[in-house]
Amino acid sequence: MAFLEVENVRRSFGGLVALDRVSFTVCRGQIKGLIGPNGAGKTTLFNMVSGLLAPEVGQIRFKDRTITGLKPFQIARLGISRTFQNPSLFLRMTVLENVMVGRHLRSRASFLSSSLRLPGQVREEQHIRAEAWRHLEPLGLAALADRPAGSLAFGQRRMVELARALATEPELLLLDEPASGLNTREKADLNQVIRRIRASGVTLLLVEHDMALVMDLADDIVVLHNGTPIAHGPPATIQNDPNVIQVYLGGEPDGIPPAGELNLKWTRPR
Amino acid sequence: MENGSMALQYLLSGITKGSIYAVVAIGFNLIYSATGVLNFAQGEFVMLGGMVAIMLAQLGLPLVVAVGAAVIVVSAVGCLLEITFFRKLRHHSILHMIIITIGLSIVIQEIALHIWDEKVRSLPYFTGNEVSSLKFFGAAISPQVLWVLGAIAVSVVLLHIFLRYTLQGRAMRACASNPEAAMLAGINIPNMRTLSFGLSAALGGLAGCVISPITMTHYEMGAPLAIKGFAAAILGGLGNPMGGVIGGLTVGILEAFAVSRLPAAFNDVAAFVVLLLVLFVRPHGLLGRPGGEAVREH
Ligand SMILES: Nc1ncnc2c1ncn2[C@@H]1O[C@H](COP(=O)(O)OP(=O)(O)OP(=O)(O)O)[C@@H](O)[C@H]1O
Ligand SMILES: [Mg+2]
Repeated sequence: MAFLEVENVRRSFGGLVALDRVSFTVCRGQIKGLIGPNGAGKTTLFNMVSGLLAPEVGQIRFKDRTITGLKPFQIARLGISRTFQNPSLFLRMTVLENVMVGRHLRSRASFLSSSLRLPGQVREEQHIRAEAWRHLEPLGLAALADRPAGSLAFGQRRMVELARALATEPELLLLDEPASGLNTREKADLNQVIRRIRASGVTLLLVEHDMALVMDLADDIVVLHNGTPIAHGPPATIQNDPNVIQVYLGGEPDGIPPAGELNLKWTRPR
Repeated sequence: MENGSMALQYLLSGITKGSIYAVVAIGFNLIYSATGVLNFAQGEFVMLGGMVAIMLAQLGLPLVVAVGAAVIVVSAVGCLLEITFFRKLRHHSILHMIIITIGLSIVIQEIALHIWDEKVRSLPYFTGNEVSSLKFFGAAISPQVLWVLGAIAVSVVLLHIFLRYTLQGRAMRACASNPEAAMLAGINIPNMRTLSFGLSAALGGLAGCVISPITMTHYEMGAPLAIKGFAAAILGGLGNPMGGVIGGLTVGILEAFAVSRLPAAFNDVAAFVVLLLVLFVRPHGLLGRPGGEAVREH
């Protein structure tokens, strides 16, 4: 049984076809890489899985349940969380508060019960706070807990967004270029963080331009080009796929450079 | 009376009126930051609160019960307005929405006129009567003023605690700050929008009850309150509920002193002068910050 199934999805913006005939599946526990040149449609696909955009054609199923047509908050409640290419935070709320918002869908107090049953409310609030802390620490954010998110550096914002996504306790986590804008050291940390997330049982769909990172982490990779998948397979196969090489290097298929040289190019950040 | 206590008298009356403007301004801000709607029907919540409480009190209900029930009824009206008129219309321009809220405020007035006619009414004084007064540094204040200030101060503090330290309050701030990220954190945004209308209406309704013995309740009282509350909200920085408190008190106090200097016909001038000045000189308000996103956060 596939965990996430994207089936024959199409989406256009005005005359521009951003995605067409996209089908692939993600298995539980996998790290699935999703790569492709700028404008290939990777983010658009994320927007559809998370419910921000609806596909014009096709279906997306999560744990055998069709999620196309559901609202983003409903999809989030089913266990799908995501981060953005540009971290999308509550800028005037503190880091801790940002992560506490992530606990929203795991907390029960309704408006009435929260105003009527004060002791229960206080206990719940303490629980939310403790859970949020639990997600700050592994990402090195404990010292920043009381800072407004708007005052943080880019790399730190990334981590806050990731902590907030993890605080929702997702089963499937979509990461949109988590390494972009990070320095080498931060990338190495990120690599470890993503491994730990997978080890904790979360399935990941990873969009990334840093080939070294994605080749190292992914079990399996889908390559999108102009809105359609052109290759699908384990990293070793993808790296030697003539279509992929052509798309990335713009060369002719018969002008494939030797594998060693190619690998150098793959590792070079965008 | 010598000058000092005279000034104190104006100040107190300004603070009393200003606290009502503050409530209206807070209502503007809550709704604006959660939904992007500038709700000019905000003053009608104050009118409705007074009217419903007066009606229930005349039916023989104890004052506390009448006021409590009025707040609940007005809050329900607020929620209903959001569900029937604003849920579906969200994608219209801000100007459309303003015109719709002005239309709604006229409809509410007409309905109020129909139900309660054009008589000026009032709730009884909560303690004492119209002649009872307390001495305060040479100025005389009605005990009702203390009720007004107390009730509003308590609600503002409770609102602050709600926004800052509760699950739903935090969700409301998140929804104001970044709706997309809030949705993805599992927050039901339409419900948050309804909640913002319900809260604003409840606050307005309560203000309408406590102020009724002092200023009386009349079916037409809402519109000027909406304008002054709007001036207060702009002054405090649109979208910032606690800014509404500063804005409201400032407008109220300016108005009280203006009334003491200018002929009665210029009664409402102060609020408009403030509104225009702020719009020209400091459009993001006294407490607001210039720039886009921050404006809708609190
Ligand atoms: N909301 C939108 N309105 C109009 N066009 C859009 C919209 N979102 C995406 N597009 C277009 O769809 C195409 C795919 O965009 P998308 O952002 O999905 O690419 P991407 O693979 O994420 O690229 P990048 O690597 O640069 O992030 C692009 O041509 C983009 O301009
Ligand atoms: Mg993208």
